[in-house]
Amino acid sequence: MSQDLRLLVQGLHTRLQHDGRETALVRGVDLRLHAGETLALVGESGSGKSLTALTLMRLLARDARWSWDGQAELVDADGQHHDLLRLPEAQIRRLRGHQMAMIFQEPMSCLNPVLTVGQQIAESVRLHLGLSPAAARQRALQALEEVEIAAARQRLDEYPHQLSGGMRQRVMIAMAMVCAPRVLIADEPTTALDVTIAAQILALMRRLQEANGMAVLFITHHLGVVAHYADRVSVMYAGRVVESADVPRLFAQPSHPYTRGLLECLPGRARQRALATGQAPVLLDIPGQAPSMQDLPEGCSFAPRCPQAHARCGAGEVPWQGAPEHRYRCWLNATEGLA
Amino acid sequence: MSAPLLEVRDLRVEVGHGARRVQAVRGVDLTLARGETLGLVGESGSGKSTLARALMQLLPVHSGTVQLNGQSLTTLSAARMRPLRRQMQMVFQDPSLNPRQRAGDMLAEVLHTHDLYPGPQRAERVRALLQMVGLSAEHAPRYPHALSGGQKQRLGIARALAVEPQLIVADEPLSALDVSISAQIVNLLVRLRDALGLSMLFISHDLEVVEFLCDRVMVMYLGRVMEVAPVATLFARPTHPYTQALLAAAPQPSLTAPRPRVALLGEPPSPVAPPSGCVFRTRCPMAQPACAEQVPVLQTVSPGHQVACPLVARPGAPS
Repeated sequence: MSQDLRLLVQGLHTRLQHDGRETALVRGVDLRLHAGETLALVGESGSGKSLTALTLMRLLARDARWSWDGQAELVDADGQHHDLLRLPEAQIRRLRGHQMAMIFQEPMSCLNPVLTVGQQIAESVRLHLGLSPAAARQRALQALEEVEIAAARQRLDEYPHQLSGGMRQRVMIAMAMVCAPRVLIADEPTTALDVTIAAQILALMRRLQEANGMAVLFITHHLGVVAHYADRVSVMYAGRVVESADVPRLFAQPSHPYTRGLLECLPGRARQRALATGQAPVLLDIPGQAPSMQDLPEGCSFAPRCPQAHARCGAGEVPWQGAPEHRYRCWLNATEGLA
Repeated sequence: MSAPLLEVRDLRVEVGHGARRVQAVRGVDLTLARGETLGLVGESGSGKSTLARALMQLLPVHSGTVQLNGQSLTTLSAARMRPLRRQMQMVFQDPSLNPRQRAGDMLAEVLHTHDLYPGPQRAERVRALLQMVGLSAEHAPRYPHALSGGQKQRLGIARALAVEPQLIVADEPLSALDVSISAQIVNLLVRLRDALGLSMLFISHDLEVVEFLCDRVMVMYLGRVMEVAPVATLFARPTHPYTQALLAAAPQPSLTAPRPRVALLGEPPSPVAPPSGCVFRTRCPMAQPACAEQVPVLQTVSPGHQVACPLVARPGAPS
């Protein structure tokens, strides 16, 4: 059986024009997302995770000059491919909020403060599914019930500011889910929440995904969330994916020095190492900081911080290594001529 | 045993005005030994930050006592408090640096305010402080905008250390930082703590870091202490139903760790009108009618391990 492909991204570049110069912020990202699957996109601030998502959603800030190229296709229920990078805005608007939706860390960034919760959810249903106002309101109520919000009927007529942080997050998810999108992009949806509320939201997202089989692109910097909620993971550094694997492989055998460094930074791992060696736990860190995107080093962007860097890392395109189910971009162990 | 560095008894702090007045800290006892690091955990609204600010005398204390080195801080005038501020310093999530002041000038100003290292020694001391936190003289002429997030936090730590305090109160110092930078700052705090013999009150929502960094942990909920224990005990045998729920909900970055559980439904009640009796009872999976009647007191269940729940706190009982 062929897998139900939902999103295909190849060689995605996103550039910002600023002060007469152009800075590449996303530099050749490949992603594949299938039905029912969660792909985590991991990396530190500025690595290009959110910009990748915003480019795919065509939601890049209007007050800046962006350009993008590469391939990004959304596959709809009829198997038709929609070119996300080249479709005119009017057609993107028909896909956005319907076939693909996005949720954010800060719900107020997508909730309208002067519309009631019910009006906002209903708007999407009326636009995309053409329901009557009464039917749309009914559908909005149903959506709020599906996200297990307390006193859903009463919430319909409330404004976002009247809700708690956890409830706003649920309303935003209800809005994103109301048209049953085929692809959901979640950008750090639980980062601002307390751990007990985050667990509720993550369980809710998992339940909704199991019910409708949507594909989820989950942007996070939290490796604990990756371990328990994602199937596959792509690690980004300085605008590029540097390692992609299914989650068990990545945790068992991190292969890119940056991925290994990220895992070493975890206090839990430090304690495990200490238990194994009988020494006091020491947290390993990654020295230095991510490079400025305006002033990237030649060759591998991670080389200046990499404990295993050598002369070859300082120039040229870094080759992919490994098998399709677990590949990483590094010169280490590369056989000559592979590139 | 030497006397504790910090001793807090039945501290109550009220914030807000009129109908929104909240008792954010509702009778907290706390002891911190010299060289000890105490972790403070709990959800937003649990009173962690309010407690920290009240200890620092940055918020008025409603009742109770705070003693530093045996000296009561709550009765001191602002003028007499000032020299004592040198002994306790705070590190914040956002170091709130003056955008128009260079890193080195900022540190020099702190030294000037406290009459430390006068004359030619001052520039030398500024360099030493920068080095102590992993910066260098090259950073001294920089404005905050020319520093990365990690460097700003290092500067915030240097500012705290400039006056040679005995106690550092760190309120979520890692929350705004990336994983690799956060690890650098944790290592820096450990190194400085050990080198300078600092005591630390470490507020964090990151249980992994708390387990790594702290000697003891105090768990708060709606202004009250639910449980306090040595770190190994707390993570091996969390006893209060709230501590258990908090630990169960946290996703650990390990495939062998149990999958996080939704152990608590709903959200914490409003601190304006907290539940009677045990403040946690409205979300507690074990709650019984009697929990509404009496405020549970902390009971000792094993050495250094105290739990405020009569349902689980049976001294000596295997938990």
